[in-house]
Amino acid sequence: MSLTVDENKALIEEVLKAYPEKTAKKRAKHLGTFEDGKPDCGVKSNIKSLPGVMTIRGCAYAGSKGVVWGPIKDMIHISHGPVGCGQYSWASRRNYYIGETGIDTFGTMQFTSDFQEKDIVFGGDKKLEKIIDEIEVLFPLNKGITVQSECPIGLIGDDIEAVSKKKAKEYVGKTIVPVRCEGFRGVSQSLGHHIANDAVRDWVFDKVDPNKNAFESTPYDVAIIGDYNIGGDAWSSRILLEEMGLRVIAQWSGDGTIAELENTPKAKLNVLHCYRSMNYISRHMEEKYGIPWVEYNFFGPTMIEKSLREIASHFDDTIKANTEKVIAKYRGMVDEVIAKYKSRLEGKKVMLFVGGLRPRHVIGAYEDLGMEVVGTGYEFGHNDDYQRTTHYVKDGTLIYDDVTGYEFEKFVEKVQPDLVGSGIKEKYVFQKMGVPFRQMHSWDYSGPYHGYDGFAIFARDMDMAINSPVWGLTKAPWKKAA
Amino acid sequence: MAALRQIAFYGKGGIGKSTTSQNTLAALAEMGQKILIVGCDPKADSTRLILHAKAQDTVLSLAAEAGSVEDLEIEDVLKVGYRDIRCVESGGPEPGVGCAGRGVITSINFLEENGAYDGVDYVSYDVLGDVVCGGFAMPIRENKAQEIYIVMSGEMMAMYAANNISKGILKYANSGGVRLGGLVCNERQTDKELELAEALAGKLGTKLIHFVPRDNIVQHAELRRMTVIEYAPESKQAAEYRSLAEKVHNNAGNGTIPTPITMDELEDLLMDFGIMKKEDESVIGKTAAELAA
Repeated sequence: MSLTVDENKALIEEVLKAYPEKTAKKRAKHLGTFEDGKPDCGVKSNIKSLPGVMTIRGCAYAGSKGVVWGPIKDMIHISHGPVGCGQYSWASRRNYYIGETGIDTFGTMQFTSDFQEKDIVFGGDKKLEKIIDEIEVLFPLNKGITVQSECPIGLIGDDIEAVSKKKAKEYVGKTIVPVRCEGFRGVSQSLGHHIANDAVRDWVFDKVDPNKNAFESTPYDVAIIGDYNIGGDAWSSRILLEEMGLRVIAQWSGDGTIAELENTPKAKLNVLHCYRSMNYISRHMEEKYGIPWVEYNFFGPTMIEKSLREIASHFDDTIKANTEKVIAKYRGMVDEVIAKYKSRLEGKKVMLFVGGLRPRHVIGAYEDLGMEVVGTGYEFGHNDDYQRTTHYVKDGTLIYDDVTGYEFEKFVEKVQPDLVGSGIKEKYVFQKMGVPFRQMHSWDYSGPYHGYDGFAIFARDMDMAINSPVWGLTKAPWKKAA
Repeated sequence: MAALRQIAFYGKGGIGKSTTSQNTLAALAEMGQKILIVGCDPKADSTRLILHAKAQDTVLSLAAEAGSVEDLEIEDVLKVGYRDIRCVESGGPEPGVGCAGRGVITSINFLEENGAYDGVDYVSYDVLGDVVCGGFAMPIRENKAQEIYIVMSGEMMAMYAANNISKGILKYANSGGVRLGGLVCNERQTDKELELAEALAGKLGTKLIHFVPRDNIVQHAELRRMTVIEYAPESKQAAEYRSLAEKVHNNAGNGTIPTPITMDELEDLLMDFGIMKKEDESVIGKTAAELAA
């Protein structure tokens, strides 16, 4: 059982005691308890993190390069600025893709302008031009280039737009996208998502020749928006849509291509998984091209069924009938998974702290296994995320926005969940406390977790984490010796 | 040998900082002082009158050519001019690109690390216009210039700049120990200029150390890329600069923590001297046509 509202209140008060008065006052607004019937989770969000705390957040560059643009596999993404940002965002967030890396796809490669002192002093535009020229020679099969701005680009006033336009002309219609995602902008990676979405609008949609790609429309064309194909998530989602009789014309942006981005305005429906990072472009396509969009959730059979029917409701009876067949087809497999794991996981308590959609989206999957999410929060969510969260959480769920390292530790210590799901920075802290942990950004190098296939893997992984015999060999420091 | 004196000249663009500083330093050199001038202006014209030429090889242009500043030797950038005054220009990007402020930081660090300050009595920094960003405040940070001389005139904007620079000095006064050595008024022949300059100095908690009268001989010398001290050593103007140099030297590294004033106080000062009329609220935002009507 989760704690009561009053118990949560007392816990939050206790945790806040460690802070100076001003900090405590500010952090208090981000910590709360969901109460049934309330329109949101009662916490403030999307506000600057406080100095001195360990926030789990990233920056605008991380939001653009790491999340939105990075997975577009046939483009080369230049980390423009000093080497560190590029070095530490090398490879990807496990955005799986198909292709020959270094030949026609570039996902796990890293390109950086490696700014030196002289580039800061004299400006980096000439260097950027040279890099684009070199890319054209060394990687002739690239389908486009993005310029991901690191902080100094905005500080020294480099004109990356002018360079992009000039080079796009020189390489006859090449897509070159300047992205003003300097890390100091905004309060978290969230603004980077928005900036990256706007860059797609301004530098892809508005510039593409509508006749560039030969494209024959069908009434069943959909685009997957906001699935980054972590461990193959988009693939295990895509097959379900295809089995329904829909044609997936684009994946944004996991295993995606520039041609898919360009074709998306021809979709009949945009299906949106990560609302936080791609609602902007979905709204734009609705306004400009009249494409409706629908949010869906492919974690766990309950939510998958609900989502499949929701998506089908936008299409004709054939699709609706197919959808029921798809649901029936996987029913047996789902039942087997639940039969195998539910008895081992029933009643286990989970605390989450993740990024864009997972703090709410994965709750259904845990519940399908008989588990209970007693605490959750977003790194960079906005109020509309917390509103959406109310449909998932139970009365009394502890809510913590932009949680600090200290708060998270204390909450876990007190609530003593059976599993914590968060990121790599949190993993070892909690494991050392003797609490089972799963990385819920990277799926802990496992996955996919989306779709029916993903659910089977999800169930296995959670069982493996919680019921590992290793936990019987360790005692959490605050637990009395048995 | 006495302790190294690190001084800097600041002031509004075009006020005559470089001219004043080079003449003063030439006079100090006459007094037997060993001097290093560090030009901190991307235009690289802070040492022109000492070298009789614009320095072509700035720290930053050579660094850009060589790859990085670590590839340079001090001899590459150090030029020797009138009375063995050593000259270095920081240089910087062409207008409108890059970060000139960072350039100043880069060059000063290079000079310090490579012993450019060894064996000199004075290091003088000549810094462009206003203190526009952190880079141009570099010379007044810790372990850099200890005494700042602000070159100004009786013009409103020059006084405004002097006040702004004082704010910059105040900011670093407590952390790094920089002090305002005084104001130098470069005569523009505005109304009540001397009185106004003295009054401003009083408000800023410093003194007007010298009033340099306007003399066309400065122009003649400039055309020959020379200081007045060198071009016409017997002239009245050369004596003025010698006097200024004497005062700087006798200041012996002392100065005050400036007390910058608000824009309103500055305008009040101008009104007190009758330079500016009391603000007529009825005319604000009115076009000429509207006022004529």
